[in-house]
Amino acid sequence: MINKLKINKLKEKLISRILFFCGVFSILITIGIIISLFSEAISFFLRPEVSIIKFFTGTNWRPLSSKVSSDNFGVLPLILGTMLIGIISAIISVPLGLGSAIFLSEYASEKTRDIIKPLIEILAGIPSVVYGYFALSFINPIIQTVFEDWFGLDVNFFNALSASMVLAIMIIPTVTSISEDAIRAVPGSLREGALSLGATKFEVITKVVLPAALSGIIAAFILAISRAVGETMAVTIAAGATPRMTFNPLNSVQTMTSFIVQVSFGDAPTGSVNGQSIFAVGATLFMITLLMNIASDFILNRYREEYE
Amino acid sequence: MNNINGSISSNLRRRHRIGKIFLALIIFSTMVGLLMLTILLIDIAVEGAEWVRPELFLNYHSRKPEKAGMKSAIVGSIIVMALTGFFSFPIGVGAAIYIEEYAEKSFLTRLINININNLAGVPSIVYGMLGLVVFGRMFGVFSPDSWLVNTFNLPVGQGALGGMEFNLLGIKWLLIKLPFGRSILAGALTMTLLILPVVIISSREAIRAVPNSIRLAAYALGATKWQTISKQVLPVSMPGILTGIILALSRAIGETAPLIIMGAFTYVPFLPESVWDQFTVMPIQIYNWITLPQAEYRNHLAAAGIIILLAVLLSFNAVAVFLRKKLEIKW
Repeated sequence: MINKLKINKLKEKLISRILFFCGVFSILITIGIIISLFSEAISFFLRPEVSIIKFFTGTNWRPLSSKVSSDNFGVLPLILGTMLIGIISAIISVPLGLGSAIFLSEYASEKTRDIIKPLIEILAGIPSVVYGYFALSFINPIIQTVFEDWFGLDVNFFNALSASMVLAIMIIPTVTSISEDAIRAVPGSLREGALSLGATKFEVITKVVLPAALSGIIAAFILAISRAVGETMAVTIAAGATPRMTFNPLNSVQTMTSFIVQVSFGDAPTGSVNGQSIFAVGATLFMITLLMNIASDFILNRYREEYE
Repeated sequence: MNNINGSISSNLRRRHRIGKIFLALIIFSTMVGLLMLTILLIDIAVEGAEWVRPELFLNYHSRKPEKAGMKSAIVGSIIVMALTGFFSFPIGVGAAIYIEEYAEKSFLTRLINININNLAGVPSIVYGMLGLVVFGRMFGVFSPDSWLVNTFNLPVGQGALGGMEFNLLGIKWLLIKLPFGRSILAGALTMTLLILPVVIISSREAIRAVPNSIRLAAYALGATKWQTISKQVLPVSMPGILTGIILALSRAIGETAPLIIMGAFTYVPFLPESVWDQFTVMPIQIYNWITLPQAEYRNHLAAAGIIILLAVLLSFNAVAVFLRKKLEIKW
């Protein structure tokens, strides 16, 4: 009897140890990400043909050129291409997502909401390679007709705009759900107060609800950009592979993620300049998205209007 | 007096009209997403439906579009997903149990929570690079000139990559290859790390939904902590946990980038025989077709592949919804 109790106790202890290991495993993943990205990135920067200052300030990204020189390793064109796509897709998706959040939380009946919300969520579940296909087969011809045939502008076959548009569709559910949470957090008494003063529903929403939910909406905007920045396949397929300093969304650009994919397909040998350059770019990408996620979290928690 | 009344009512009418325009605008913005979803599905169906035919499942990629299929990609996706589920289930549920049932309020617990939320926001391509370094190359410790090999005089291969092969405990089928290289095993482990944060978050919610009275009742009957968890808490939260894992896997099956970075191949003209073999998955095969110049691949075969991919995704989701609706216990 006593023996059995002892064994039981030992078993309990052992199990709690195993579970503890599972719990801290996620911290090991983060450490693993940091070590693997930064160790390779550091050995990239320690190469004589690369300079860390020129990497972050240089405006030429030609890693595949035969002349390996620090002038060819300026990451700014990739960052600019990435941000161009990220910001355009956020500009498109935030009004749409916010609009549907307002509709779902302020106007739609419970029944309508239960039908429409899951349908919108589907947009986030569709694989990004499918969005890439959609950009080329449907969005691109429209962009070409509108901007080339109607306005006579030069449109590259692969362009930042088509990638931004499919990313925008992809991000809508994220924006909707964060904005909806923010709007629902605004207490009903505020709405009723404004209504009783004679405001119309539109005025209640724009003058009372949205200002009160502003932190959530800004957080959604930042998170939308962060999602778009980290997206890979849709931009690789639709935006092209031309690293350049441009603000013109009709041009072909290259993002950080699509550069990483391009090199990975090219089978760059381990330890070569190119093989290591993807880690420098990857570490930059990781830091940018991490900062954005932290900023969005911070705004969401710190600037939330507390009413209760 | 009449005049004032008139201006108020016309003003009110204007304000209501603005409200109506606003309502129309937000209904429009809700519809844009749904409209795009519809167009996307129709576009893919129109381009690809005719190309969904037996060859798609029975053949490998071919230089003749009418013969090309994605057999190795379908099999690859199935094996990678099965292994990913197999690995992520115990670790993810274990972590969720630890956080919900064991962890005390401490700095470490807060760190774990913040960390899991941050990991869920890390771009998937970064996990590919993690998988490449940790599983694919194992930090290069098995290359001929590494400190490990030199210190212990390990018998590694001669190439630049080195690497070891041996049978664990001398058992013939327990073959181990280090590093894991571009194998199915490395791919599945990479995917495991990718979905783990999502699995932990959803399992936690399922475990938290079990009311405390169940635990207290078990304790009152003399059950130990683990007996309470394994016999009471886990069985009732299992539908919720499984739903979460299936949804996470349905995300993973469409993921392309991490596996490309990790080193999955685009052209694999054979079926894998062990977890050490090379592999490809459906989205990579679809990507490969999209990038080919001929319209048959670019438009039609790619769309046919997407139909299969979406069908798999849809059935995963259907199973998840079924589990949630039918088996979940409402307290």
